Amino acid sequence: MKKTLTSLTILLTMLSSHAVLAETASSKDPYQLNLTKGVTDISQQVYDLHMLMFTICVVIGVIVFGVMFISMFLHRKSKGHKPANFHESVKVEVAWTVVPFIILIFMAVPAAKTLIAMEDTTAPDMSVLVTGSQWKWHYKYMDHDVEYYSLLATQREQINNKFAKGENYLLEVDRPLVIPTGQKVRFLITSDDVIHSWWVPDFAVKKDANPGFINEAWTVVNEPGVYRGQCAELCGKDHGYMPVVVIAKEPAEFEQWVAQQAALQQQAREEEQRLLSMNMEMSDLMATGERVYQTNCAACHMPNGEGLPGVFPALKGSPITTADKPAHIDILINGRTGTAMQAFGKQLSLSELSAVITYTRNAWGNNTGDVVQPKDVYAVMNGQ
Amino acid sequence: MSTATDTANEDLQHDHHDDHHAHHAPSGITRWLFTTNHKDIGTLYLWFAFIMFLIGGAMAMVIRAELFQPGLQIVDPNFFNQMTTVHGLIMVFGAVMPAFTGLANWLVPMMIGAPDMALPRMNNWSFWILPFAFLILIGSLFLPGGGPNFGWTFYAPLSTTYSNDSTALFVFSVHIMGISSIMGAINVIVTIFNMRAPGMTWMKMPLFVWTWLITAFLLIAVMPVLAGAVTMVLTDKFFGTSFFDAAGGGDPVLFQHIFWFFGHPEVYIMILPAFGIISHIIPTFSRKKLFGYASMVYATASIALLSFIVWAHHMFTTGMPVGAELFFMFATMLISVPTGVKVFNWVATMWRGSMTFEVPMLFALAFIILFTIGGFSGLMLAITPVDFQYHDTYFVVAHFHYVLVTGAIFSIMAAVYYWLPKWTGKMFDVTLAKWHFWCSLISVNLLFFPMHFVGLAGMPRRIPDYSLQFADFNKWISIGGFAFGLSQLIFLAVLIKASRKQGEPVDDRVWEGAEGLEWEIPSPAPYHTFDTPPVVK
Repeated sequence: MKKTLTSLTILLTMLSSHAVLAETASSKDPYQLNLTKGVTDISQQVYDLHMLMFTICVVIGVIVFGVMFISMFLHRKSKGHKPANFHESVKVEVAWTVVPFIILIFMAVPAAKTLIAMEDTTAPDMSVLVTGSQWKWHYKYMDHDVEYYSLLATQREQINNKFAKGENYLLEVDRPLVIPTGQKVRFLITSDDVIHSWWVPDFAVKKDANPGFINEAWTVVNEPGVYRGQCAELCGKDHGYMPVVVIAKEPAEFEQWVAQQAALQQQAREEEQRLLSMNMEMSDLMATGERVYQTNCAACHMPNGEGLPGVFPALKGSPITTADKPAHIDILINGRTGTAMQAFGKQLSLSELSAVITYTRNAWGNNTGDVVQPKDVYAVMNGQ
Repeated sequence: MSTATDTANEDLQHDHHDDHHAHHAPSGITRWLFTTNHKDIGTLYLWFAFIMFLIGGAMAMVIRAELFQPGLQIVDPNFFNQMTTVHGLIMVFGAVMPAFTGLANWLVPMMIGAPDMALPRMNNWSFWILPFAFLILIGSLFLPGGGPNFGWTFYAPLSTTYSNDSTALFVFSVHIMGISSIMGAINVIVTIFNMRAPGMTWMKMPLFVWTWLITAFLLIAVMPVLAGAVTMVLTDKFFGTSFFDAAGGGDPVLFQHIFWFFGHPEVYIMILPAFGIISHIIPTFSRKKLFGYASMVYATASIALLSFIVWAHHMFTTGMPVGAELFFMFATMLISVPTGVKVFNWVATMWRGSMTFEVPMLFALAFIILFTIGGFSGLMLAITPVDFQYHDTYFVVAHFHYVLVTGAIFSIMAAVYYWLPKWTGKMFDVTLAKWHFWCSLISVNLLFFPMHFVGLAGMPRRIPDYSLQFADFNKWISIGGFAFGLSQLIFLAVLIKASRKQGEPVDDRVWEGAEGLEWEIPSPAPYHTFDTPPVVK
């Protein structure tokens, strides 16, 4: 039994092996003052537009404030300056209405061109379905049998200032999105709960993930590398802990990666089926359960199981986690509509589900002594 | 309270024969509770706004303390979100809007030669419901689960399905604020339409009156829209409707359209009266008539009209069709034309004037420069493709704090320093006031200017914690924040001294170059003014 679990752990580690690569990219300049130029043609155009706007504003600012400061310096009473009498001039007023208007047209033309190019999501080489939920991203490759969740990888102890903060503090995930370079990748963006916003500054892609609707965006990345972003729309308590990491690989390397992932995911599914006929040890379940709990549940129900009163219910001493076992399994699998409780049935494996249920029924003095096996979860899942 | 009795005594001595005001001299708390006097109500509004400014500011201090360094130190993320939410709500609805209403109460009747506001009892009511609105809102923070935590923009479904039960209190308190604003706006409109002194034609009205008249129409147009939005949030959350829930045929983006249809005119509600104030102060201390009075009026009206067709520039990333994005981008860019006209007019007013730099002028000059910086970043934000990068980052936070703090709030401070001697009859403590100005000016820029940098470098807004890249600037921003917060205590000291009537007596005109009816009456302004309307030539 122990062997099975170990092999599962290795599998999971392999699935997330590229997280190691993600950590080698260097962190950014702490005195970065300006927008990134990014790594796509579009992001470069956006940067140029930004600089054009900025330059025009600075020039206008220097002129207007310049005139103002000259006036403040020369036309002051302490220098004996006597006030003039003029208070209108049709010519001047028409001029400073028309000239800004012309400048605006000068700005609007390139802006419109770039915008139209950015919104052209036709003819993609591949598509990824990006789904936000509180507080993680899910990536599904529409052209391959690969999908997975991507969660913050920064340790809680770093956030709570117990450990030193790593180089990519809050900008690292367990499983980044991997896309090929040089290909038009279309992102189909949606949400399972509240509105999130998927943002990678280096691609100049920021698009809201609206529950019940699908938005589109696209990118063609020129340079292989690791690109980091964050959720940009306030999405609840852990909005600040929902990073996006994208790795762009050469197309051949990408093909190899995606084939490997498909095989691994297939293998994991088969492993799950085998588990159904086995019983896991309480100690194994508790150990796995604690890990799963801290990654997936602790954000709301808190590491000590006490929840946040009035916001997220406590699991410690709750009638669900201490008595009603079928309800407990059901809520975990299907979630609770109308609340923040997600359906974890599709997010976690059978062994993870059974482990975390066992853990919550025995941790923090819940001590029910209940052991929930993968087959118990499978039974509820399939209505048996 | 000495202010109260002094003014009341002066009023008793003041010669007037307005019988229905004869009972007006109750002292103590009842004077303030039952007052229908525009000056008393103006004072109430202004003190209320100042207290809210300090409370909302204290919340900003919590935010800046947590953001002083990366990691979680002081508050948990849920409470942090409550702080950003309630800070925004208090500053918008509790500080800036009531302060402008207070100024309108004090100044509109005095500027148009009217004895009081047209609807004095409603005036009393519109003020006195406000404290209850904010008691409910602030009180909700102490409930289990806390108060609203979904941002002042309360986007659904975060504010509906995923919010806690205190949302009902939030909705109720916003309703009360809305009713108060609408009543205030009705009063301003009715007063200006009906009670102008003989000879004060539309195009002779002072600009503060003009800008407030237009603001009042904006308020009446959009506060009911806000009321609709919060009501739909309420029914979606508690009564099973699906306005903003796709599962029931609704649309979460619909919420944003409704909210910003209110929200964009709302930001002009918070800046148009400021334009009016600056248009009074700059000519006074330049000793020269305002340049382009008529174009100022037309520019204000154009900005107000444009404000109704630009709302979706807050929503460029929601996935609108490209045609809509283009429309809202072009319409938004257009706003810079009338706004530019205003700035040019102010500079032309100063040009070849005879300038002095008293405290109100210092604030007005800082307003012009810093508000214009906020205007520039606003123009940049209008450009949709680049807005995709700026949206929901600290660049936006920098932008709206430049227009709201160094814009709206600096104009309110300028207005208070400008008219305070008229209200109290004494010059305020000029040394302290100058300290207040210079400390505020330096700290506010340390606070908000680096936000442009971290925003461009990619720091999202509304996060309690950030990556190490942003640590250095955030430290400086927080230091600027604490300094700006402390600087406002100097303002408090100036105001307390002024309310105790300390300082040198001033003459009726107060400032050498001041023009307008309010400077024709005695200082301090008697409890009742213009019982007999003046004639404007």
